[in-house]
Amino acid sequence: METIIFSLLNGVIYGLLLFMLSSGLTLIFSMMGVLNFAHASFYMLGAYFAYTISGVSSFWLALIFAPILVGLIGAAVEKWGLRTVHANGHVAELLFTFGLAYIIDEIVKIVYGRNAVDYRVPELLDFPLFELFGAQYPAYRIFILFISVGMLIALWFILNRTRAGLIIQAALTHPHMVGSLGHNVPRIFMTVFGAGCALAGLAGVIGGNYLVTDPAMAVQMGPIVFVVVVVGGLGSLAGAFLAAMILGLLQTFAVAIDATFADIFGFLGLSQTSEVGSITIASLAPMLPFLMLVIVLMIRPRGLLGDREL
Amino acid sequence: MTTPALSIHGLKKNFGPAEIIRGVDLDIAPGERHAIIGPNGAGKSTLFNLISGGYHPTSGSVKLNGQEIGGVKPYAINRMGLSRSFQVSNIFSNMTVRENVRCGVLYSMGYGYSFWRNVGNLKEVQEKTAEILNSVGLLDKASLPAALLPYADQRTLEIAITIAGGADVILLDEPTAGMSHSETERAVALIKRATEGKTLIIVEHDMGVVFGMADRISVLVYGEIIATGKPEEIRGDPRVREAYLGDEADEHAEGGAA
Amino acid sequence: MNNPIAQSVANLAPTGGQKFRQRVLPLIILAIIVVAIPFFGPSRTVYALLSVMGINIVFALSYNMLLGRGGLLSFGHAVYFGLGGYAAMHAMRAIEYADGGFWAGFPVFGLPIIGFAGGALAGAIIGWPSCRRAGTPFAMISLGVAELIAAAGFMFNSIFGGEEGISGDRMNGPELFGLSMGPVSDVYWFIAFWLVVGVGGMYAFTRTPLGKMSEATRDNPERVEFVGYDPQRVRYLVFIFAGAFAGMAGGMAAVYFEIFTPEAVSLLPSGFVLLMAYIGGIAYFAGPVIGAIVLTYMQSMLSDFTEAWLLYLGLLFMLIVMYAPRGLAGIIFGVTGSFSNGTFSEMIGKWLQQLAGAFLAFLGLIVLIEVSVNWSNGFGEVFEPFGLHLTFANPLTWVLIVVPLALGILILRRANRETEEVLA
Repeated sequence: METIIFSLLNGVIYGLLLFMLSSGLTLIFSMMGVLNFAHASFYMLGAYFAYTISGVSSFWLALIFAPILVGLIGAAVEKWGLRTVHANGHVAELLFTFGLAYIIDEIVKIVYGRNAVDYRVPELLDFPLFELFGAQYPAYRIFILFISVGMLIALWFILNRTRAGLIIQAALTHPHMVGSLGHNVPRIFMTVFGAGCALAGLAGVIGGNYLVTDPAMAVQMGPIVFVVVVVGGLGSLAGAFLAAMILGLLQTFAVAIDATFADIFGFLGLSQTSEVGSITIASLAPMLPFLMLVIVLMIRPRGLLGDREL
Repeated sequence: MTTPALSIHGLKKNFGPAEIIRGVDLDIAPGERHAIIGPNGAGKSTLFNLISGGYHPTSGSVKLNGQEIGGVKPYAINRMGLSRSFQVSNIFSNMTVRENVRCGVLYSMGYGYSFWRNVGNLKEVQEKTAEILNSVGLLDKASLPAALLPYADQRTLEIAITIAGGADVILLDEPTAGMSHSETERAVALIKRATEGKTLIIVEHDMGVVFGMADRISVLVYGEIIATGKPEEIRGDPRVREAYLGDEADEHAEGGAA
Repeated sequence: MNNPIAQSVANLAPTGGQKFRQRVLPLIILAIIVVAIPFFGPSRTVYALLSVMGINIVFALSYNMLLGRGGLLSFGHAVYFGLGGYAAMHAMRAIEYADGGFWAGFPVFGLPIIGFAGGALAGAIIGWPSCRRAGTPFAMISLGVAELIAAAGFMFNSIFGGEEGISGDRMNGPELFGLSMGPVSDVYWFIAFWLVVGVGGMYAFTRTPLGKMSEATRDNPERVEFVGYDPQRVRYLVFIFAGAFAGMAGGMAAVYFEIFTPEAVSLLPSGFVLLMAYIGGIAYFAGPVIGAIVLTYMQSMLSDFTEAWLLYLGLLFMLIVMYAPRGLAGIIFGVTGSFSNGTFSEMIGKWLQQLAGAFLAFLGLIVLIEVSVNWSNGFGEVFEPFGLHLTFANPLTWVLIVVPLALGILILRRANRETEEVLA
């Protein structure tokens, strides 16, 4: 019972983090057609910036300034990099972001070293919030929950209640139309790109100390973010949210399940000692997102809630 | 009575709630030159896409030489002997003119997906390619990259690719669109020559071309064919005048071909 | 021949001489070069470097069958390299432990054939769901599949050998061409043979109807459908061949390294082959060959000089993507092409400017990167080119970073502005 409740909580938190990380990419991808390979690199930058800032001042300043810094870098990348490549088509753009991710990885390795840095949960939040079935639940996780929900509400408000949000919504479903409405498309793109990167950076700030802050975090998270965006569907933030939640819960539960293939398919004669039989469900957890990605692309290329095919 | 080359019955196509083709019936005999005219948005291009496999019909049937082709994939329809051109030039712009035509020739010569032959050594493919280039008058431009051709030549190349596979039913989608007067005349002569003995279905806005070339004309308005007949019948048909031709038809009737 | 059309055919196709110069001659030159190299008595290191280059050339060319010729961007091409390599590795062990039968008579020299078959099989299975669409969906599926296979690599130990991988011994089975396969010079001949076979095979592929339709499908899949071809099928067949040649490179690597680990199917080599092909130039057949040579050299030589060589590689890649999308081959052929069409003298000034600008900017970057690397390592080591003691505390360091960088960028901008004016 406690496994279920804890997994549920952890799964929701992980899912929310994933959504925070992916929402920006969904916006960018739907509007600009750019599947930004470097998106998770901005998440990594967020975590490292937060580590540096909280080292010299406090976590709370990092919470504000690290995402802003990441957002500015993102906007600069769009303006001076992506826009140059845009004329050469989507493959060139994809390759550009691929190279960018590569470079950011290497720079982080040079500046911060190859090992994980000691980016910690702030002391103020470093206590067990409550106890359930004899196990303690850290307060910081609930903090993540609050920040994520807060961001969710803010995002919803901006998209549905502001003029800029309405333009973005229009651009999500009809990317070619916005230009004809007389809006400054390059500036909208730059803003959305920057804001999307800032969101990824925020996810890094609050996720880096919850998970781990090392140079491999971008490579690990990058493909999963793609999965969320593709499975959720083009042009659909709700889809991305759904996909992030499903992935978060699925992975967390899979890790918690203490069973092997032999336990499940034992009735087929699969034995515990055979190679396939001894594979645990927990060890499959990292594969699940990609299984989902491939299956969705094969049988439903528009994703869960997407309005058009990839 | 012989089997029609193309036979369309009760053909309908909806996009969501919008009915674009609302029940088309049409029989075209082998060897006939048939023109489809109609105002913008009448569904001419949609009809072409339904016939050539670009879209699935919502209901109704399309038969090529008696065989059902509604909903069949474009490449399968092409192999059955129906070929089409596009309103916007749709060529392989990174290839030379010769390679473009060769792409159209390869499958029909039985070289499908083969990966054990050198295209340079396929004599009959080279000859057929040269023959087609010769017949459309692009032989001297054969080694130019297609992207560098002048517009009218690109349109000609479009037709060359379309006829290259030796299909006996040819669909041409506004082949003279955007051409100057003299270019149009040359294109018409070319089309007549290249489709000799074949069934031709043509969508065209230039009434001079339509009335000069077609054996029969169908008028498509709002997804329905309101009249089909010989050019003089169409010219005299009051419904057609009312629905579509308007002043243009009057000019033709009074002043002859412009 | 009196037939006028038949005569025009003769005019249309390139002449025999042209064909020979453009198609056969480069391959003969390649063969002569690989045959000539051993007569210069290369050292073991050079043999090793050349062998890895040979493997990478075949691998990069197979990748370009997808990206350059087919327009299919794959992030998981190492899967086929790895699976082909593992197939060859298992075959090598089968030869080692064979007690008569098929494997006892199978020469290690022929293992790339097993790799080829393994890669083709993998391509045939994985390609089926992958090739329905080109573009982004294809790229995403390739990424998902690569992640799945990479994860499986650490799960099925009987196939992939777990962390330690699978190793074998190439000095078994019957000898072919009198090669014991023991010394690196023997292995060099083995690699050279399969390099020429692979390059020749892949070049020949571009000349087949399927190869031509692959290019047509890349440029205009819609029109391909209306000339009788199923674009999905074209992509699928090309995909199988690309997998097969990648598997062949894997088979060459299996014999050369005598070990394969699950790393071989991971995303890292998939990314590396993308870099090789793209930096070399995907629009040209020779592009990936150049890319493979340059990157293999960087990988083995530059990595001895600097820890940041991957960063330099990344910067090179970005420069190519942004400013020279036709790659190194594009630059080379641009220069040589200007000789033949007589624009060389007009262009040389601009090129020298660009070269000088790029050189200066790069100089500044090198100083910045190298000083940073030493600073961040914290071992107290200092970047000391030409006896200069460069630390971040030394103002000279900043001069050496900022001045060349600024100057270089300025020159580059000027050169590019002039080009735009010329074009306008």
